[in-house]
Parts: sequence; structure tokens; C-alpha cells
Amino acid sequence: MSNTRIQRRMEALKASGRKALIPYIVAGDPIPTVTVPAMHAIVEAGADLIELGMPFSDPFADGPVNQRGAERAINSGMTLAGVLKTVSEFRKDDNDTPIVLMGYLNPVIAMGETIFCEASAAAGVDGLLIVDMPPEEEGSLVQSAKTHGLDLIYLAAPTTTDERLQTIGKATSGYLYYVSLKGITGSSNLDTSDVSERVAHIRQHVSVPICVGFGIRTAEDAAAISSTADGSIVGTVLVSQVEALVDEAEKIPNALKAILEPMRQAMDING
Amino acid sequence: MTLTEQELRTLDYEPDPGGHFGDYGGRYVSETLMAALNELDHSYQKLKNDPDFQREFDADLASFVGRPSPLYHADRWSKVIGGAQIYFKREDLNHTGAHKVNNTIGQALLAKYSGKPRVIAETGAGQHGVASATVAARLGLECVVYMGADDIERQSPNVYRMKLLGAEVVSVESGSRTLKDALSEAMRDWVTNVDNTFYIIGTVAGPAPYPQLVRDFNAVVGREVKWQSREIFGKYPDALVACVGGGSNAIGLFYPFLRDVEVAVYGVEAAGRGLSTNEHAAPLCSGRPGVLHGAKTYLMDNSDGQIAHTHSVSAGLDYPGVGPEHSYLKDIGRANYVGATDEEALAAFHEVSQVEGIIPALETAHALAYTKTLAASMRPDQTIVCNMSGRGDKDIFTVAKMEGISLT
Repeated sequence: MSNTRIQRRMEALKASGRKALIPYIVAGDPIPTVTVPAMHAIVEAGADLIELGMPFSDPFADGPVNQRGAERAINSGMTLAGVLKTVSEFRKDDNDTPIVLMGYLNPVIAMGETIFCEASAAAGVDGLLIVDMPPEEEGSLVQSAKTHGLDLIYLAAPTTTDERLQTIGKATSGYLYYVSLKGITGSSNLDTSDVSERVAHIRQHVSVPICVGFGIRTAEDAAAISSTADGSIVGTVLVSQVEALVDEAEKIPNALKAILEPMRQAMDING
Repeated sequence: MTLTEQELRTLDYEPDPGGHFGDYGGRYVSETLMAALNELDHSYQKLKNDPDFQREFDADLASFVGRPSPLYHADRWSKVIGGAQIYFKREDLNHTGAHKVNNTIGQALLAKYSGKPRVIAETGAGQHGVASATVAARLGLECVVYMGADDIERQSPNVYRMKLLGAEVVSVESGSRTLKDALSEAMRDWVTNVDNTFYIIGTVAGPAPYPQLVRDFNAVVGREVKWQSREIFGKYPDALVACVGGGSNAIGLFYPFLRDVEVAVYGVEAAGRGLSTNEHAAPLCSGRPGVLHGAKTYLMDNSDGQIAHTHSVSAGLDYPGVGPEHSYLKDIGRANYVGATDEEALAAFHEVSQVEGIIPALETAHALAYTKTLAASMRPDQTIVCNMSGRGDKDIFTVAKMEGISLT
């Protein structure tokens, strides 16, 4: 079954004993033209996979930093069709790095689930993470995603019961996104020893790689998380950096690179 | 998928175990909320049949809220209009001045029985915030209320009331700075503090089990109307009318009558500056199904699926979504959803104040505006019950300002 770009990448990492560095940025934040250069810079810094945010007006599972990122993107004219165009553009120069679109269900419904999956696959998207679509609410999106070879990534939380872990484990493909904190994206106080315990526990129920997000801000965080998990997802700290450079958007690609490179190094030393 | 009369008469009108009303409702939330919702569902399904819980709820409704609220014959207004007999279900006479308290008492008791010392709430017009702060004070619970920055400006008396009652009011500056943003912010608080916090949602929107439990706590309104109408005019009303923002006062009135298909049901949305403009808050009249705040339901969005900014003169109706059960009742053909504009609502606000001596809330004024139209099309031997969902004291500043009158 290792036929998707995400699965191939995860297996290659495993074979070389490395862990995945997965940055998250919002497409179109703060302007659409900066996103493709930013994605390439992220890959140069050592990213193994990119989570690209599909902006939504009411992202209630995200913290204020990511919400402002989504607002900037929407105000800059970014749409769901624009996100897909961004991915096509990126694919012209990078046919290897897997891309996961992360966002909320309503824009997808507005486009139509089937059309969205078809267009995503055509643009070169590899996986979908729809924050407000738990396995219980699977609709036509799931079937369409399968038809078009898109991995569907689901979340697990510290509060997820073993029973639900099994349901989620069956539903998720590519990897599982473990939310390391109770709370929203961008929360503070990451407890890395607690995370490693939970990750070990989740492994008993889930066969796909487990990547951890929420609260990873520093190279030390990324290294500590990667010592037990299969990957570190880094979002809010990047979106904050974008926010700091709204008026100098041309500096964003290098600034993101500067945050990610030390993370990559720390993860590789530890790994 | 309109159902036949026979089907409507025998339907059980309950959500499935996943909280779906037909295609609508459900739990479209991040995994981070799932455990909390499952826990809430579990404790609610257990407590709703618990005699101690029910006894305490009923006792509070009687002695703290002042129920039953009267069913009042708006005799003069009925004569002025010259059609059906209009009755008001006087939820405006409840403690705190609106139907909202029925629900907050129920949920605050759930918090107490679940051992959560802290409650949070979102509020639009401030009525739900005041009702939450009130019951939190009574039960000795810490209370934090999230309110859009624009609404705080529009509803300053209620903000002060909440503070008097010991609640903390948090101004929400994100997004459109109204109810939908307050709701997002409250959900964020809940996800972060779920161990010690109970989220008192103010309407029948949001993820399951909220639409069901908020409905059940408000259904006391319709149950009372059932016996009161028999007692006062010897039969059920011919029509029920209520305003719909999220839709809790409406579902509270409608729900006990859903199988009584001879009773026509009208939900009145805020048509703002007109349904043909983009400046309204009427998802059932002119929106489409989507997913917002944890439920599939009719909502207002743009072609890209971004949630629309809404407009209504009344803060309590200024919300782009609606309770999922209303979406279901619309699709199966059991309820009719119509709109009343700002202008129509303001006219009804003045008319009822002057003819009946009752100053209605601006939200309620939307229901009154449609009641007038409906009554005029009916015979004098027919009856309408309109839910007087709240009193208008909180709105006098808004109305005065619109009319260029300074009260300070």
C-alpha cells in the first residue's frame, strides 16, 4: 500500500533513522505571492512534508495567531481554488515533498467534496487534514479522497480514549497528528515527557507514523519530541514570524528558513 | 425531502446517537473537544431521567425563575389588527427578563452535578451572559462570559449587569467582533480548561449534545403553552410564532407541538435591511447547508465557504448559523421560516409597547412583526401564540439612538 508520496516519504525517513520535520504555514498569508517561495525555502531548511493551511474565517480549533494568519490570507484574496493553484505552482519545481492541506470543512463543502478531491489530486496535493471532521462525521469526502489517492490524516488528543484511538487508527492514513496539548494551536507549556508516554501508548493502537504538533517552538522542543514521535509539526511559531514581517513579505522565506534549520539540526543529532 | 402529514405526526423528533437531526447537527469538532462532548452527552443522557436532577430543575424554574410564565391575551392588539386572537407567552417576565434562564439553570445544574466549579458562556445581546452570570452566582460557580467587542458597545447595560453578578466579561476583538466570534473564543477556552470548566452554550447551535439539551431545557415553554391554551381557549393554538437567531426560544415553544401537525409553526429570522441585500441574518431563508461551530446546518457564507458577516438591528439574532434541528424542520416541511426586516421589527416594537404596555426585546419584535402579518390573514376565531421571548429594557438605548434621541 506504500503508493502515496506521504507513505513513501515516511518509509524513507524510517529507513534512514530520521524523523519528519513538518512545518505549517497558511496559504496566502500575508499575500498570495509569498507562499510558493516560502514553501521552497521551508524545504531547503530541511522540511520533509508541508502542511499548508486553507484559510477559514472561523477557525475555532486554532489560537489567535493562526486565526490572524487566516484573516490576513482571506483579506489578501486567497480562496480554496487559490490554495490549489498555489500547490500546482509549487509542484513545477518540487515533485517530491508531500503536501497536506489543513483546514475546516465548510469551504470544502462550498466547493463540493468530490470536485475538491479531484482538483487537489490534480494539483499535486497528497493528503487532507480537516480539523472539524472526526471519523464519526465522514461523508462523501472520505470516499472521494480514497478514489483520488489522497491520504486522510486525523487528529488524536491527550483526552482521546483507547476506544476512539482504534477508530481513529483505522481511519487515518499517511500519519496520525497527535495534538500534544489540551487547548488550541499556539498554547504554551509543552510537557515532553508526558508526550513521549502518550506516543508510546498510542503506538499500541495505531500502525501509521505518529507526528506531534501544538506547542513546539524551539529546536530543543523539536528534538525532544522527535526522540519518541515520528515527526514534529511546527506551526504557530512560523505564523508568528510571518505576522512580524507583514510589511516586508519578501523577507519571509528566509526568516522561516532561519527558524527551521536549527530544528532540523537538533532533530538529526538527537535522532 | 418534505415528509407527509402522517409521517410528521409519528416522527419522534429526536436526534440519532451521534446527535444528527436528519443530515444536520452531529459533532463536527476537533478531536480536542471530543472527549468533553462525549462526557457531557453521557452525563446528560443519565441526568435527564434522574428524578433528583429533574426535581431540582423544576424547583428552580418555579421559585427562582417564577414559572409558569403567563399566557397573555393581547386583546387590544388583536382588535387593532382585526384578525386572529394573539396571545403572548410571557417569557419576558422570567427572572433576568428572557427565556434564556430556563436553559442556563439546566446547564448550570449539569455543571454542578458534573463537579465543574467554573462555567463559561458566549453572548450576543447579553441576555444569555446575564442569565449565565445569574445562575453562576446562585450556585457559587466562577463565571467568564465572552462577548464580541461590537456587542459590548451595543449592549452596555447587560455588560454592567454581568459584572454586578460577579462574572468576568471578556471582550472578543477577532473576526466580526460579534456573537460568532464570541462562540469561537468560548470554545477555545473550553478546549483548554475542560477539566474544571463547563461551557454553557446559549442556544440550540453547536455540536451534539448541545442542540438537544438546550432544546429540552427550553421545552418547558411549549409544555406550558399546551395546558395554558387548553385552559384559556379550550384548544391548541392554530399557529406558533417565534424569532430565530440560534433558535432556542423557538424550539422551546415548537418542540412539544411538533407531532400536533394541525398547529402551524413559524420561525422568524432577521431580514435586516432586506433578504435581497447581503445585510441580514437569515440563513434558513436565504443561506445553504454547511458546517459551523461543530454542527452541519443552514448558514450564511460566501461562494468560497467563508462565513458571512451578518447584520441585524438586534444583537441576539445577528448570527450566521442556526440550530440544526431548525434546518431539519425546514427540510421536512414541519416548520416555516420567514424574515422580518429591521424596519418591520422596529415598527412592531413601538406598536406593541403602545397598544399592549409591553416593551419587547428587539429580537422578539421580529416575531411580533410577522405575527401581525399572519394574524391579519386569519379569522378572529383562530389563535396565534407568539413567544414574547424577552423584554426590551436592554434595547431602549439602541432604539433611542437610531431615532436620534439622546438619553444621557
